[in-house]
Amino acid sequence: MDTSSLRFRTRAIHVGNEKEPRTGAVVPPVHVASTYIQPGAGTWGEYDYTRSGNPTRSGLEATLASLESGTRALAFSSGMAAIHAVTMLLRSGDHLLAGTDIYGGTYRLLHKILDRTGVEVSLVPATDLAKVEAAFRPETKLLWIESPGNPLMSITDIGACAELAHRHGAWLGVDNTFASPVLTRPLELGADIVMHSLTKYLGGHSDLLGGALVVRQQELYDQLYFVQNATGAVLSPWDAFLTSRGLKTLELRVREQSRSALRIAEFLAEQSWVERVLYPGLPGHPGHELAARQMQGGFGGMMSFELRGGFEAAQCFVESTRLFQLAVSLGAVESLIEQPAAMSHASYDPADREAHGIRDGLVRISVGLEAWEDLRDDLLQAAQAAGLAG
Amino acid sequence: MQLTSRETAAKPLGISTVTVHAGEDRQKPGNSITDPIFCSATYTFPNTQSVIDFIEQKQPREEYGRYGNPGEKVVEKKLAALDGGESALLFSSGMAAIVGLLMAKLNAGDEVIFFDECYHRSREFCTKHLSRFGVTTHQVPAGDYEAMEAAITPATRLLVSESPTNPHLSVVDLERFADLGRRHDVETLIDATLATPYNVQPLTEGVDYVLHSATKYLAGHNDLLAGAIISTAEKLEPVRKLRGIMGAVNSPHNLYLLERGLKTFELRMQRQNENGIKIARFLEQHPRVEQVYYPGLESHRDHEVARRTMRGFGGLITFLVKDADWRQTGAIVDAVRIPRIGPSLGGVESLIEQPLVMSYYECTPEERKSFGIPDNMIRLACGIENPEDLVADIEQALESASL
Repeated sequence: MDTSSLRFRTRAIHVGNEKEPRTGAVVPPVHVASTYIQPGAGTWGEYDYTRSGNPTRSGLEATLASLESGTRALAFSSGMAAIHAVTMLLRSGDHLLAGTDIYGGTYRLLHKILDRTGVEVSLVPATDLAKVEAAFRPETKLLWIESPGNPLMSITDIGACAELAHRHGAWLGVDNTFASPVLTRPLELGADIVMHSLTKYLGGHSDLLGGALVVRQQELYDQLYFVQNATGAVLSPWDAFLTSRGLKTLELRVREQSRSALRIAEFLAEQSWVERVLYPGLPGHPGHELAARQMQGGFGGMMSFELRGGFEAAQCFVESTRLFQLAVSLGAVESLIEQPAAMSHASYDPADREAHGIRDGLVRISVGLEAWEDLRDDLLQAAQAAGLAG
Repeated sequence: MQLTSRETAAKPLGISTVTVHAGEDRQKPGNSITDPIFCSATYTFPNTQSVIDFIEQKQPREEYGRYGNPGEKVVEKKLAALDGGESALLFSSGMAAIVGLLMAKLNAGDEVIFFDECYHRSREFCTKHLSRFGVTTHQVPAGDYEAMEAAITPATRLLVSESPTNPHLSVVDLERFADLGRRHDVETLIDATLATPYNVQPLTEGVDYVLHSATKYLAGHNDLLAGAIISTAEKLEPVRKLRGIMGAVNSPHNLYLLERGLKTFELRMQRQNENGIKIARFLEQHPRVEQVYYPGLESHRDHEVARRTMRGFGGLITFLVKDADWRQTGAIVDAVRIPRIGPSLGGVESLIEQPLVMSYYECTPEERKSFGIPDNMIRLACGIENPEDLVADIEQALESASL
């Protein structure tokens, strides 16, 4: 059937999960084969070797392409493998411009791996479009942004960035991990490449690692596919299956997590022990109006907040929660808590961390599916345990 | 902290808080956030003395996969917490669970009474197989409590019903059912597969055993089979022992998928209930529909009981097509595009079937009549797709198939 008219959740369940014709199985089988028997020497079937393509992975890629309003998708063994494949499109002498509020692992890839290839990298606060415009160079090939940003939850105008990038002959790549396609679909706003850590909301259960790229232009897909097939960082069939299974409840999870996060942000904003709350759903957030336009019906399940107290108070706080578990990663059914200065953004140089506003008292939470009242109670008791609240 | 029930906390925890965390150690092997899958068939002892300690002192630990598995214990604790019970016992399928319970609890000369609208394979096991072991099964019309009471004899050991029933969606007054058993000192069993612990809590109404085909809403993704019984530890002990002998245990891989499915259980049930009532209301007003069986509708025979005892009414809807023979009814089933034709229910994907063809094809028309299965009956098991898409699809199917 024509699936283009169907709504998001219906497509998440059905696109890429077509009935298995031989048995009628309602869930497609997991194809674990590494290789495929060919019709003849020099005559190739649809699949030849699992690095080059796998039916289980193809099913997931079809779902991802549909959910991100793209035409083609590629699934990788991790989010970093997906970003790395994008950077492999660049050559020595090219320039890559990235936002300042980005994942620590991306920062490390750009500054400590990509620099070795002779690609120039510079960072710019992507929320300031004038600065972004000024930072373009004739050799800029790629503008890379996240929205909401990590960990400061800055909101970047994806449509405006796409226009700027295209005017300067560059691609716009968006790491859409924090928003998920439930809330933001960058390709609809003009982006060229959407990237995901499937590990987070899309997989959603903290039980797999994966990455994805989604594009609209066939030519860009062909280039990225060439890189993936040549370098081999493909997603395993088992993890492709678990990701497909996770996608079926993606919209329910993200909408529930967004609702809970907004309530928790409102609660935290009223607490004397909280210096400031960084959540785009709060009217006081500098990106609130843009987020209300760019994100559809929710502001996501991620937020950061600064405690009144330094490194030690934050450390004690994150170690005192009972439902929130102390771990990096995000986007799953279990709520997580971490201290960016010590954990997710420890790979930033201390000077860059300070310059980008990642302070010692900053705490980042990923709101899971638990009842929001239970999560609120947990944060309050952790503040009491850390001596922050009475 | 390990959550073992909703009530042990200072105040009752939310359903999702329970399904995400209950039964899990906060700090797990390897410090992983999710439970590892223990594929081990057997478990080793450091020395002979530790084997003797295990046997003599009954130190709780694993021994052999047929007797239990660490991942299975986590899921059992989640299911017990969800149903407000003390203990849960998992099986390789819903049928393995009911067979395990019946075989553990009944002896030659005992009698069982069923409300008649129940899963035909459960009935078949009783009438064709339990009878071979000298157990007598009586069936009384669903919802006829007087008939059930009248059928009780000193040999009666168990009263059994589904609620809601399949495919007529009759709803049992659980308090009344439990009370009937208590007054006659007979144990009661409710198969609550269609209701789930989200919509009813039979144990708190006084029922002794709750049974689920966990294949359905609990796992929720149409990708595993499992069965479960929830009750007190004491009542389940002989069933657990017999399971260890009969061996109808689930696989560690399946149980992990079940555990994973439970984490989104509340969200899925909210959507299932929403889809159920929206589609039932749509069908009820459609000129090509003769009758809709859905306990959330005012027109349903048991609506009052359902409204009083259920939080929501689930995703299963049965309806009759107006002035259609069995082939014309089949044409409507064939015309839908989103639900797929197949047995089962409770997964994220919608499924549709014509009971005459799917489950009762080999019965005579007289038998089908006695089971209440008319030729023009369709059973729709909603998934969690957007209700607007499902309504539009069913509407086009009803209108495209020419009657």
